[in-house]
Amino acid sequence: MSGSGTALLRTRGLRKDYGKGEGLVRAVDEVDMDVAPGETLAVMGPSGCGKSTLLHLLGGLDRPSAGELWLNDTRTDQLSERALAGLRRREIGFVFQAFHLMDELTARENVELPALLAGSTARQARRRALALLDRVGLTDRADHLPSALSGGQRQRVAIARALVNDPVVVLADEPTGNLDSAATLDVLRLFEHLHASGLTLVIVTHDERVAATADRLVSMRDGALVDETRLTGGGMRSVADLLRLEES
Amino acid sequence: MGRALLVYRLAVRDLRHHAAQAILLVVAISAAAATLTMALSMNGVTSQPYAATKTATDGPDVVAYLTSPAQAKSLVHAPGVASSSGPYPVAAAVIGFDGRTAGAFAQGRSQAPAAVDQPDVTAGSWVRPGGVVLERTFAEALGTGVGDVVTLNGQRFTVAGIAVTAAQPPYPNLCYFTASSCPPWSTVPGGDFRNVGLIWMTEAGALGLASKANPLTATYVLNLKLTSPADADAFASQRFVPPPGPSSTPGFQAPYLGPQFSTWDGIAAADALLVQDAQSVLEPGALLLALIAIASVTVLVGRRLSEYARRVGLLKAVGSTPGMVAAMFLAENLVLALLAAVIGIAAGALAAPLLTNPGAALVGAPGAPSLTAGTAVEVVGLALVVALAATLAPAIRAARTSTVAAINDVARPPRRRGALIKISAGLPVPVLFGLRLVARRPRRALLSAANVAVTVAGIVVVLSFHATVNSRLAAAASESLTAGGLSDPVVTRDEQMLTVVTIMLLVLAALNAIFTTWATVIDARRATALLRALGAQVPQVGSGLVVAQVLSALPGAIAGVPLGLALFDVLVKNASLPPAPWLAGAVLGALLVMAALTVIPARMGARQPVVEVLQAEAA
Repeated sequence: MSGSGTALLRTRGLRKDYGKGEGLVRAVDEVDMDVAPGETLAVMGPSGCGKSTLLHLLGGLDRPSAGELWLNDTRTDQLSERALAGLRRREIGFVFQAFHLMDELTARENVELPALLAGSTARQARRRALALLDRVGLTDRADHLPSALSGGQRQRVAIARALVNDPVVVLADEPTGNLDSAATLDVLRLFEHLHASGLTLVIVTHDERVAATADRLVSMRDGALVDETRLTGGGMRSVADLLRLEES
Repeated sequence: MGRALLVYRLAVRDLRHHAAQAILLVVAISAAAATLTMALSMNGVTSQPYAATKTATDGPDVVAYLTSPAQAKSLVHAPGVASSSGPYPVAAAVIGFDGRTAGAFAQGRSQAPAAVDQPDVTAGSWVRPGGVVLERTFAEALGTGVGDVVTLNGQRFTVAGIAVTAAQPPYPNLCYFTASSCPPWSTVPGGDFRNVGLIWMTEAGALGLASKANPLTATYVLNLKLTSPADADAFASQRFVPPPGPSSTPGFQAPYLGPQFSTWDGIAAADALLVQDAQSVLEPGALLLALIAIASVTVLVGRRLSEYARRVGLLKAVGSTPGMVAAMFLAENLVLALLAAVIGIAAGALAAPLLTNPGAALVGAPGAPSLTAGTAVEVVGLALVVALAATLAPAIRAARTSTVAAINDVARPPRRRGALIKISAGLPVPVLFGLRLVARRPRRALLSAANVAVTVAGIVVVLSFHATVNSRLAAAASESLTAGGLSDPVVTRDEQMLTVVTIMLLVLAALNAIFTTWATVIDARRATALLRALGAQVPQVGSGLVVAQVLSALPGAIAGVPLGLALFDVLVKNASLPPAPWLAGAVLGALLVMAALTVIPARMGARQPVVEVLQAEAA
């Protein structure tokens, strides 16, 4: 399944197995997929179909059992652990369903963290974090601990953190799974802005409203891609529709 | 009854599932218990051999030191005196054998057996012209035996025999009173008051030791047996003549004419000096080990408690009272502490005879180490205190935990240290991570610091001991007072004790370091996984975990130096400070070992699968 001709992310025969013999489970089964630069791809499917595993493979958090995985012109499935870490630091941003913020760090400090890991000075990291928190509408919450933030606010902090090193792709695993409707819309607005700015997004979701905002939707079942839909007029228009729907 | 059964059942199941942790806990407490058992068992250990020696040698109740034989008459006929022997002349001499030299008091004796204090010859035969008999511990230290030829003030004599006596304490405590009360024979050429041994020879031989270069300073020994040995102290104090005070005429000092006395109970107490030093090493050693055990048990219990938060929640959800939850944790650890105490007492009792052997100075088997009910109670008390000190706070915390939070396994939120987080932002990633880990769990960092402080204190005590021995030997050598080349049996024993205690300290501290690192690794698994998801490399995260341990250890290692010096100062008077490089080496060595011990658990922690950890935390 392919998007544009010059893919930012590309998989060929991607496979991930767990266990051995009779207990073998194929979580991802021969996935061929291209994600174009600036594209927003939604991955849907029932629980346990391998969506999250696919996302982890794309982000280099897990290693495939077979197949090829490319980010730009780099074959990432053969990279060392060290090189993968570098890739995650510079090229990829993660957004998790459970936010995964550090409880003892403020919103700003959480956002600063990847920048510090990437070698930014404390001052640079702080400036960048504050700018991003402003972008996600949390300037007044910069010095709050995660425990003092709502779910939607925490996810916005997590999105700001994912963006701090200017990644080429953001991988979001059920980003609205723990959020109520209002918070979901906040997050979707943010994704809409990211999409508009040309960032590539891969979003694993159960939520059809989220999927509707994508350029393209792929469906998974039993580890394999079984369907692909190009959503005409996705992105901003869909979110606007959703907003109108919520407000009516 | 039902509740007790439930507590018992849960405790037993928990122990079965966590046998390794339980064993480690028992090992930590047992080590402290065994050391304390050994220390307490030494009380009175030499009394039995002293009594046996006194009987075998017709030992005196009072020994009088005279400056003239004429002083003997009034004492021999004094009321309460049953029998006597002497007065025997005593000559100060320098004994030499095989390149080693020492000071010696040569007592001139008759070849015929004496009625009081006839030394028990354990090898060879009694004195004869040209043949001398050496006190057994002194002979061992000098490395000589029957048939060897020794020199006394340059004259050659054959060692005719080896003997023991109950009239004088053995080498190296022959002059056991104090330096000032040792006269009139304290001016021994070639010996200070700790390095003087006892020799018996014929009276003519003793008097013949004088030379122009070495004029004879003789005194006389009179051995007295009383009708009532219990009155020995009263007998001596009634007849003691105090030394003259400072003279008002410059340059003139009135001669001291004596007599002086020592009594059987004083000699018995001086015999005990052989094991007293060892005791003074073992008792603080047991304290240090107990402190490390508390730190180990606290980390272990805290770790188990955080692992079983959900279990606590379930127990509460099905109706357990907070008290019952606390009781379960306390019961489990107190039972382990009791088991550890029993093992410690058994190990200590088995090891004590090896350490309490009073040496060659006395006849008869050393008293079986006095493992009394009191000792057992003290050791059990120590074990329970260790377990209680380490368990009480976590048990109460478990009891107070909100049921909902516990059942959802909500981790105890880490502490936020804003200033540290700010400072660390400008540091390299491993230091940033390490510093923030330390800040998350300050109590654990404190325990880690305490562990290292106690260990370094133990090492500093050992270094101070060696520095003091070296300095005393050097001082003695510079004043030509040294017992050249002789081994001091007390020093040898102290070294053995210190080595044993230090090895136990190091082993426990190493185990403790590994527990603490592992606890940190488990506690930091989410942070570790998250950092890796955000692009931190495994070596960076692993180094961060090591840095966290080393940073925690640093203040402890530094504090351990004054702690060890203060402890040694309490143990030993006139202690010498170890050279600064030794102390710096102890601190750096402790930190390096700490880092080395934590590398493997840290690397294992850093390599945990990111996805698994994050998904588990999210579940």
